[in-house]
Amino acid sequence: MTNIAIVAYQQSDSVSDAGAVNEVELLMPVLGRTFGQAGLNNAQDVDFVCSGSCDYLQGAAFAFVAGVDALGAVPPIKESHVEMDAAWALYESILKIRMGHADSALIYGFGKSSPGELPIVLSQQLDPYYLAPQWVDTISLAAMQARLMLEQGLITERDMAEVVSRSRRNALNNSHAQISGEVSPEDILAEDTYLSPLRRSDCCPVSDGASAMVIATVEKAQEWGKPYALISGIDHRIETHNMGMRDLTDSVSTRLAAEGAGAADGAIDVAELYAPFSHQEIILTRALGLGEETSVNPSGGVLAGNLLMASGLSRIGEVFNRIVSGEAGRGIAHATSGPCLQHNLITVVEKA
Amino acid sequence: MANLAAVVGIGQTKYTTKREDVSIAGLVREAAVNALADANLNWNDIDAVIIGKAPDMFEGVIMPECYLTDALGCNGKPMLRVHTAGSVGGSTALVAASHVQSGTFNRVLTVAFEKQSESNAMWALSSPQPFSTHLNAGAGGYFAPIIREYMRRSNAPYDVGIKVAMKDRLHGARNPLAHLNKPDITMKEVEESFMLWDPIRFLESCPSSDGACAMVIANEALAEQSPKPPAWIRGVAMRSEPTMYAGREEVNPQAGRDCAADVYKQAGITDPRKDLDCAEVYVPFSWYEPMWLENLGFAPEGEGWKLTMEGATSLDEGGDIPWNCSGGVLSSNPIGASGMIRFAEAARQVRGDAGNHQVEGAKLALGHAYGGGAQFFAMWVVGAEKS
Repeated sequence: MTNIAIVAYQQSDSVSDAGAVNEVELLMPVLGRTFGQAGLNNAQDVDFVCSGSCDYLQGAAFAFVAGVDALGAVPPIKESHVEMDAAWALYESILKIRMGHADSALIYGFGKSSPGELPIVLSQQLDPYYLAPQWVDTISLAAMQARLMLEQGLITERDMAEVVSRSRRNALNNSHAQISGEVSPEDILAEDTYLSPLRRSDCCPVSDGASAMVIATVEKAQEWGKPYALISGIDHRIETHNMGMRDLTDSVSTRLAAEGAGAADGAIDVAELYAPFSHQEIILTRALGLGEETSVNPSGGVLAGNLLMASGLSRIGEVFNRIVSGEAGRGIAHATSGPCLQHNLITVVEKA
Repeated sequence: MANLAAVVGIGQTKYTTKREDVSIAGLVREAAVNALADANLNWNDIDAVIIGKAPDMFEGVIMPECYLTDALGCNGKPMLRVHTAGSVGGSTALVAASHVQSGTFNRVLTVAFEKQSESNAMWALSSPQPFSTHLNAGAGGYFAPIIREYMRRSNAPYDVGIKVAMKDRLHGARNPLAHLNKPDITMKEVEESFMLWDPIRFLESCPSSDGACAMVIANEALAEQSPKPPAWIRGVAMRSEPTMYAGREEVNPQAGRDCAADVYKQAGITDPRKDLDCAEVYVPFSWYEPMWLENLGFAPEGEGWKLTMEGATSLDEGGDIPWNCSGGVLSSNPIGASGMIRFAEAARQVRGDAGNHQVEGAKLALGHAYGGGAQFFAMWVVGAEKS
C-alpha cells in the first residue's frame, strides 16, 4: 500500500470546561496552527477534509455542520464526516488518497463534553432495548472489566496505580495536559475507591478541545518541504457489542488490527494507547505484546486529558511528534470506540 | 487512478410508517441479508461494513454501529460509521466504494437506515442551541422560503410542485417497496391537501418512514464473476459548503453544481439529459425537482420546471429523462437511508433489475443525495458497461 505522510498535527489544551467557547471557536485556533505548520492557508489548499465528532456531546443533531464554518469552505470543498473518533476520519481520508482522488487531506476531531454528564450520556451508546434503558454508565462498565481482571489475578490494584503514576509524570512534559504531577503509586492506592475497584485517578478526566492533522502523498509532502513521518500501516476491527460474548480481559480486535497494520514488522519505540481507564492500558499493552523497549504513552495518554472524538487522532499525532523530533524511529498509535474497548484502530508511524 | 468497482448486490426493506415487528438490528439485518442473497454471497464473503444514518438523535442511539456489529456480521472486521446529514446515504455508499476503489478491500457491505418511528425527527432537528436562533420549523420550514424564491425568479406556474408530487407517487405505485402507494392520485388531490409550509402542501412533502437499504460493492475481478449484472461505478463526488455565508446562492447552490460537474467529468457526461438514461435524485419536497433539474444541468437556469410540466421526467408520460422511477423520497423517506436508496435504485436501473419501474434499456444512471441546508452533496454515476 502507498505510504501516506503526516505533515502537521496540532491540538488544543485539554480543559475541563471551555465555558462559553463553542465548537467553531475551539477548532479555529487549532486549524490555524495546523495549516501554518503545513505551510497552507486554509482548507482550500487540501484536496479532502474529514472530521469526527458526536452530536450527543453538544446535544444537537448535525453538530458537525458547525465545524464546516471553521474551514473556509467557500468555494465548496470535498468534505465528509464520521460520527466516530477522528482517527476513523483519518482512515477514510487515507482511502481517498489511495484511490487517487486526493493528494492531501485535513482531518480534525472536536468535542465539548463538559455540558452534559458524559458517563451517563454515553450509556445511550448501548443496545437500546436491553442495556440503554438501564443507563449503565461507562465508568461502571469499566469497573466491571477491572474487577474481572483483578479477580482472575491478571492485574493488581498496584499495577493500575503504576499506570496512573507514570501517566501523571509523563504529562509534566505535555503542555496540553489537563492533569499531571509527581504522584506515587502509594499516593494513588491511598485514595478512596470511586466506583470500586476504580479510583478517580484510574479514570480519564472529562475534557473539551480539538485536534487536527494534515496528511499527503509522499510526493506532495516533499513538494511542501516540511518535516513529515510516514503512515506505513493502518487497520481497525470491531468486536461484538454483547459484553457477555467477549473476554473483557483481552482485546482480540486490537490484536487483529495490529496484525493488519503490520505493527510487528519492526521495532516499536513508542506507543500511544487510547486507554480511558488505567487497567485498559494494561489490556492493550498485553494485546500488542509491548515490552520494555517501548515507551508507552509518553504524552501521559488520555488519563492526562481525553478530547473525546479527537483523542484517537491525537494518539497518532503524538507519535508523529516524537518521530519528527527524532525521539523515536517507529511507533504505533491506538484509538478506541465503544464500551470496554469494543472497537480498536492501530496506526503504524515511521521515520521518513 | 481509482480501481474499478461495481455494485453486485442490492437489498432493501419495505418502507413503511412503523416497522413494529423488528428492532433496529432486525431492520438493518433484513436489508443486508437481502443484498447478500441478491449477490449470492454470505457473511464470510464480506471484508468490511460501512454504515450510515442521519443524526443519532433520530433513534436516540449514540454511534449505533457499536450495537449493530452483531446484526451485520461484523465481529472481527472493520466497521465505519458515516454521518453527513441528509446526504449520508449517498456519502456512505461513496465511502464504501472507496474501500474497494482504493484497492484496500475486495468486497464490502454498506447499509444505511432510519427507524423514524422510534423517535421524532421534527424534535431532533429543532433542539434549541446556545448562541443560535431557534428555528422550530423542521426541514420543510427551512426550505419553504428557498422554494418561494425559486418560484419568484423562474416565474414557474404555481402547480409545478403539484405535478411533481403526483408524478413521483405514480412512480411509487409501480414499486412494491415504496411507503406510499397511491396509484389513483390526481393533481387535484395534491392541490387540495392542506398547506404545511407555504408553498409546500402535505402531499408535496415526503413521508416519515422506517427502512434500510444495503449494497454489496466488489472489485472488478469479483464483479465479473457475480451472478447478476454488476452496476459499474463510473464516477463519485462529494461537495460541502457552509450553511450560511454572505452572498450564498441557496436556490442553486454552488456545491451542487460543482459536485455534478465533477461526477459528470469522471463518467464522460457532457449533456446529462441526453447522456443519462434516468436519475434518482433527492427530492423531499416537490419543488426540488425543477430546482435540481437546473442545479444538475438537465435544464438551463429558470427552465427546470418546463421539463417537469412537459412530462420529460415522467415514466408514465414516456419522458426522455425519467427522474425517481422508484417513487423517490416523496414516496419513501427513511432519512438516513434515502440517499443510499437513490444510489441503489440508480444501480438497479442499469442492472436491468428495477421491476415494474424499469426504464427500458437503461445503461447510465445518476444517484444523488443532499443534506443540511442544501449544502452537502453526494453523487455517483453507475453504468451497465465499465466505460
